[in-house]
Amino acid sequence: MFSQYALYHAWLIPLLPAVAFILVGFFLRRLPSVAGAVSICMSLLSFALSLGVGYGIIARNITVDTPLIQKISWVAISGLNIDMGVYIDPISAMMLCVVTLVTLMVQIYSIGYMRGDAGFGRFFAYVSLFAASMLGLVIAVNFVQLFVFWELVGLCSYLLIGYYFHKISAREAAKKAFITTRIGDFGLLVGILFLQILFGTLDFQQLAVHVPAYAMQHGTALLTVVALLVFLGPIGKSGQFPLHVWLPDAMEGPTPVSALIHAATMVVAGVYLVSRAFFLFSVLPEAMTVIAWVGAFTACFAASIAFTQRDIKRILAYSTVSQLGYMMLALGVGSVTASMFHLMTHAFFKALMFLAAGAVLHGLPDKNDIFAMGGLRHKMPVTFAAMTIGVLAISGIPPFAGFFSKDEILLAVSQVSTPLYIIAVVTSFMTAFYMARLLIVVFCGAEKPDNHPHEAPMSMRIPLVVLGVLAIVGGYIPYANHFGEWVRFGLASHEGLNVSIATTSTILSILAICLAWVIYGSGNVTSDSLVRRFSTLYKLSFHKYYIDELYLWLNHTFVDGTGKLLYWLELNFVEGMIKEVANLPLQLGNAVRKGQSGNLQRYGLVMFGAMLIVVAWLVLLNPLFKGIVSGGAY
Amino acid sequence: MIGLVHFLTVAAMVFAIGLYGVLTKRTIIGILMSIELMLNAVNINLIAFSRFITPEALTGQIFAIFTITVAAAEVAVGLAMVFRVYYDRNTVHAARLDEMRW
Repeated sequence: MFSQYALYHAWLIPLLPAVAFILVGFFLRRLPSVAGAVSICMSLLSFALSLGVGYGIIARNITVDTPLIQKISWVAISGLNIDMGVYIDPISAMMLCVVTLVTLMVQIYSIGYMRGDAGFGRFFAYVSLFAASMLGLVIAVNFVQLFVFWELVGLCSYLLIGYYFHKISAREAAKKAFITTRIGDFGLLVGILFLQILFGTLDFQQLAVHVPAYAMQHGTALLTVVALLVFLGPIGKSGQFPLHVWLPDAMEGPTPVSALIHAATMVVAGVYLVSRAFFLFSVLPEAMTVIAWVGAFTACFAASIAFTQRDIKRILAYSTVSQLGYMMLALGVGSVTASMFHLMTHAFFKALMFLAAGAVLHGLPDKNDIFAMGGLRHKMPVTFAAMTIGVLAISGIPPFAGFFSKDEILLAVSQVSTPLYIIAVVTSFMTAFYMARLLIVVFCGAEKPDNHPHEAPMSMRIPLVVLGVLAIVGGYIPYANHFGEWVRFGLASHEGLNVSIATTSTILSILAICLAWVIYGSGNVTSDSLVRRFSTLYKLSFHKYYIDELYLWLNHTFVDGTGKLLYWLELNFVEGMIKEVANLPLQLGNAVRKGQSGNLQRYGLVMFGAMLIVVAWLVLLNPLFKGIVSGGAY
Repeated sequence: MIGLVHFLTVAAMVFAIGLYGVLTKRTIIGILMSIELMLNAVNINLIAFSRFITPEALTGQIFAIFTITVAAAEVAVGLAMVFRVYYDRNTVHAARLDEMRW
């Protein structure tokens, strides 16, 4: 039976894209059509297996409490046993399906989007490796395996963001993404080491038993520090404040990559890590508070930046940061269900919107500014429909996917903290506003005369349609089928829609969309007059609160300053000492080299003299010769 | 009766003369000749010991023949080098050949 086979061969899911990477990357790079076909076939197989795993989970009633784990020993030295394996439970099965589906869609889309690109084969090789790393991360059984794939994901993002490596901005963005996430990864690594020291194991299943017991026995102070260190990894990877700066710059990669990074892989790795290690966070109220507030602040903060951005992909990037903040907020208030649900619906509608944005950029090359577009709905009806669905979904308008997941989050938050709930609702309002702004400015209004847009080719439209359908039904179907009973932590949640919360957020979102229409669509209130009235706020938001500049300044002042100080120390202390040490043999050599006269006979004399001394010494000391010297024996 | 000690005394004197020559002769030819003297002093020692201490074994005498052979080869090589040096530097004075110094 297929689902049985899939469950016990789940290791094939990351392996197949990895094989595609090796085949395409090393052998088929020069053959674009073959490269694409191989990658897509492997992704398709992975997707089929993932669906089999998903079906098997339900058929065999595998819950988060009774995961299916297969593992082999990877490293075994005394005191350190690390396994490699496959961890199948509803959370990872859901992730597998989402990641493989989005990867498949992105690859099909890329056939059209990347057509004729010189690096076509390279692109598909990287995307396959990216998918393989992310899938390996999802099925990790312990922190070490997770960390290995975590870093691989980081590497792939570097390669893909810097895909157009001839562009300086792309190179810089790739470096920025890599270095910024590394800062978080360092914390994660230290946290993992702490866990190993404290518990002697890094296995998720064993830690889930040990951690609560430890917290009961020894208190939570040290564990909180460890948990916050681990949380640094997700802050970097999932673009949470203050390490969110790399994410908008990651738009330098090709648009399908943006869809992949922002929807299914990379950024949700952090959210996934927190929910996978939720046994650690859930026993630490302080850590949970930090997570919740970081998430809430990031959500609100990023949304306020997205207000004023003009680059179509940057707006989407900030909305991703904002939505990731939402997911973190949900985790922080203790609802893995809501977070994972939103992760899934977000993957659908964000991939949809990025691919739609890619279609726009494909139709209008070299134009990123949304105000240079306009009126595209006539020429690009499919893209327009896709973007509309995406915007309605992210705004939380029923019955689109985002409505259900967002409502779940708002409900979870409202039960824990009122200030956080208010922030979440305000963010929801802002999200609806700036997404509607994007939609209205790009697709409505008058057509620009010098634009000649055209609809995307078939290979790009198919993923749009598939994801569009998912962005519509991807919320209701899981909701109706008791998503929360499967994907959860602790007890199953049976909560339905809360009417007052759902109504409030829906009304606010509709109000926001209407407001956006008034400002950007109808022409009654122009955006320019608003900009003039709130010029300070506008500038702050447009320049992303000067965070990049601040980091640059900090970098210049502290890093370069420290460098200069160390350089001075090196020059004056370290090097001076080394020079003295090196000088000593030189002086000694100078003193004795005068003896090297080059005169053969003088050398002979010295040799003879030395020999005499040695012989005399031996003779005088040796008792055998004593008699000879004193003249007795002969 | 001439005994071992007389031979050894002669050999020591010849060796000393040779050593003095090596250290004081101004030309390389002279140094080479002095080295020959030292080698021959050693030969006398070898023969004398062979004759007076182990007359039944010929080891010392055969050893002396080897030394003579090697000395001949050494002279051949040494003289050839002296010729080369003379062609090159136009001198065979040991004190002048002092390029190998600091």
